[in-house]
Amino acid sequence: MLNTLIPLVPLLPLIGFLVNGLFRQSLPKSLSGLIGCLSVLASFVLSLLIFQEFGTAGSEAITVRLFDFLSVGSVNVPFGFQVDQLTIVFLLIITGVGFLIHWYSFAYMHDENPAQFARYFSFLNLFVFSMLLLVMGSNYLILFAGWEGVGLCSYLLIGYWFEKTEYAQAAKKAFVMNRIGDLGFLIALFWMQARFGSLSFGTVFAKASGIPTLAITGICLLLLLGATGKSAQIPLYTWLPDAMAGPTPVSALIHAATMVTAGVYLIARSHALFDLAPVAQTMVAIIGLATTLLAASIALKQNDIKKVLAYSTISQLGYMFLGLGVGAYTGAVFHVMTHAFFKALLFLGAGSVIHALQEQDMRRMGGLRKWLPVTHITFLLACLAIAGIPPFSGFFSKDEILSAAYARNPLYYVLGLAGSLMTAFYMFRLYAMTFLGQFRGEAHPQHPIQESPPAMTVPLIILAVLAVTGGFLGIPAVFVTDGHLLGRYLAPVLAGARPPVEVPASTELMLMGLSAGLALATLIWATSRFSRKPDLREPRGLGRLLANKWWIDELYNTLVTRPLNALARFMNDILEKSVIDWLINGIGRLVLYGSRQIRLLQSGQVGGYVLLMVVGLVILFLIQLFLKK
Amino acid sequence: MPINYYIFLAIALFCIGVAGVLTRRNAIIIFMCVELMLNAVNLLLVAFSKMHHEALAATNPQAGIDGQIFVFFIMVVAAAEVSVGLAIIVMLHRNTHSVDVNFLNRLKH
Amino acid sequence: MGATHILFWVLSILALFGAIMVVVSKNPVHSVLWLILVFCFISGHYILLNAQFLAIVNLIVYAGAIMVLFLFVIMLMNLNADTEPQKNKWLKIAGVIAGGSLLLVLVAALKNADLKNQLVQTGGGNIGLIHNLGMALFHDYVIPFEISSVLFLSAMVGAVLIGKK
Repeated sequence: MLNTLIPLVPLLPLIGFLVNGLFRQSLPKSLSGLIGCLSVLASFVLSLLIFQEFGTAGSEAITVRLFDFLSVGSVNVPFGFQVDQLTIVFLLIITGVGFLIHWYSFAYMHDENPAQFARYFSFLNLFVFSMLLLVMGSNYLILFAGWEGVGLCSYLLIGYWFEKTEYAQAAKKAFVMNRIGDLGFLIALFWMQARFGSLSFGTVFAKASGIPTLAITGICLLLLLGATGKSAQIPLYTWLPDAMAGPTPVSALIHAATMVTAGVYLIARSHALFDLAPVAQTMVAIIGLATTLLAASIALKQNDIKKVLAYSTISQLGYMFLGLGVGAYTGAVFHVMTHAFFKALLFLGAGSVIHALQEQDMRRMGGLRKWLPVTHITFLLACLAIAGIPPFSGFFSKDEILSAAYARNPLYYVLGLAGSLMTAFYMFRLYAMTFLGQFRGEAHPQHPIQESPPAMTVPLIILAVLAVTGGFLGIPAVFVTDGHLLGRYLAPVLAGARPPVEVPASTELMLMGLSAGLALATLIWATSRFSRKPDLREPRGLGRLLANKWWIDELYNTLVTRPLNALARFMNDILEKSVIDWLINGIGRLVLYGSRQIRLLQSGQVGGYVLLMVVGLVILFLIQLFLKK
Repeated sequence: MPINYYIFLAIALFCIGVAGVLTRRNAIIIFMCVELMLNAVNLLLVAFSKMHHEALAATNPQAGIDGQIFVFFIMVVAAAEVSVGLAIIVMLHRNTHSVDVNFLNRLKH
Repeated sequence: MGATHILFWVLSILALFGAIMVVVSKNPVHSVLWLILVFCFISGHYILLNAQFLAIVNLIVYAGAIMVLFLFVIMLMNLNADTEPQKNKWLKIAGVIAGGSLLLVLVAALKNADLKNQLVQTGGGNIGLIHNLGMALFHDYVIPFEISSVLFLSAMVGAVLIGKK
């Protein structure tokens, strides 16, 4: 039963992609939207069935092998799926949240013409297919195939309105930065194949302890490079804010809930390798922490609602990496789940605001709680969740990571807490400037500000419920013994992982109280300040540094883009035109010259011909003479 | 008289004839050098015929006569060739008033 | 060294000298005269080898008829040393070198021949006698003999036709 269900899960979105893609010129909007949404809903239902069946089948991973993907020499890679508890958690997140976003898009994108509408849904379905391939693959190569697929769909969807050049540029930037990370991943794959002789998870993890630490560290660092590209960590994060050029549901799905968590999945899946390479693990934690702080600081001074959310995503991903780096794998996966809920909710809510106002700049918003009540309440709930206020979901997942960080090194905790406070601050700055105070924008009599249609608000409500209650899947041991349902569920997969150092219960409660209390204080301060005096002035001093994103984009531009462009120009103008073309054309010119010279032999002079005859005769005799010898 | 003396003599005469063909521009001189070459060959053929006669005279008193018959026929052919060739040269001179072979470059096209 | 040897060497050297003079002379008439001399020396070689018939025929046909024909044509065209066209100096050198290398190559090619020290019968032997030659000609080679008469006929017809205006 399971063996037939499992391949169907990615197959249905694939079919949705093909139908919508191939027939987009002839499908009406209602039909293409229906196909898009239903395929993902069907996958969700199947995932639920698998979840149920798997629970009864036991805790062993199930592998379904379909055919040989790659079989060359000693390299044998099967195309198969491996389903275990980790996979199922991700499956449910991807298909569940994915379906809600598909439903939301149905209303959000209603202005598009039918062919474009179908194209949008076909790309979305392709994305879901690739992401499913990623989490369900039974070896690193299938994972990589899905990895590349989501990168491609990210490009396609960011550049959905490709007629605008800067959107197309943003799409290109995302793809190129992803590729840089992918190079690291590829080299890790090659190294793994060379060392382990196989790319299958089972084989690799079984043999890992026998391989020298240096090789494992190298592989892990390269995998980390790949993950930083996909999950927007330092140094490959600058594509994510620019990716906000895509439609808001795309930002919600890809850049909040699913694709950017691929890096987290990769490292969680490879925990067996990372546990053997403490150096790599520490790198993961440091990169995560640094990214959290950097992104949070930039978000403090951004004015575009989507940019704030983008930097917030980067920052929260930093938390997940911190969790992975200190050994709290369950915490990181838990945070993936809760983050998917509240971040998708935040983005969809922002989309609702944008849809109502046709405006993205917060300085021209304000007082929207009068006109957009449902959006307002759900947005507020999401902000509370992300700030880590109990009993919302963000509190449980974030504190699990923070206490594990404290156990590893108190400094991690302090810096993490600083990031958490900044999160609370900028999120409530966003909330206050958007929904509270006076309306600062221009009124459009043609487009009165009104609440979004139910197709958009119902997903918001569902996500809000999840954001509020999702935390109860992971109640830490201090409150309820054995209350961490998610932890217990994932234990067989993450078994053997170095458990995070245990923190005494009293310390943990104190840490939780500290973080919750400080977060509450910060958000109250931010709300009151920004609802009375919105942040409209031009930033000065440190504020200017933050508003300009620490000029990191400009730095990358000078260090990387301009030298590369100069190199490319050099290659083209000098190497290509002067050297290679000259060489190739030179061969042609040589032949022409040679033929012109040889033509002169044909002078018509008999004397010349006889001379050549005699010369030829001499040569023949010489050859015969030397051959005889 | 060892045979190689005759061989070297014939080769020398032949090569002088070749050098003459390549060096001169007058068609008649070229023709004459061709005759020189033919004669060198004739001499060699006769020498070879005598060599064979020397070697095989005991068994076959007529051994080696073929060489001299061949020379006879070469002379026949040379005579015919000269008559026709000179006729051609005379025609050439009548048309171009020169016997320079460099003028004969129609083969260029 | 017997008289045969001395005679051989004298005739050879004179023949080579004459051949060189044929090639080198500026005046075409001089070239013809030198060539006649060369034919005489070669006939001398034939007599040395007791090829009596061929010696006489060489003199009559070659020196007597063919060369006279050449002389007629040269006189007809009024060629002398002034009107003689000269080849480009480099081509002349190239020609000489080509001929020279042909000489060297042929000599080298024959170095390994194993016949080289076989003796040639000089001053004796029957096969050069006109009786024996005639018998062989009319017994074994009568068909080529007849055909050569046809050859002469065609040559004559050809020459006349070419010469007509």
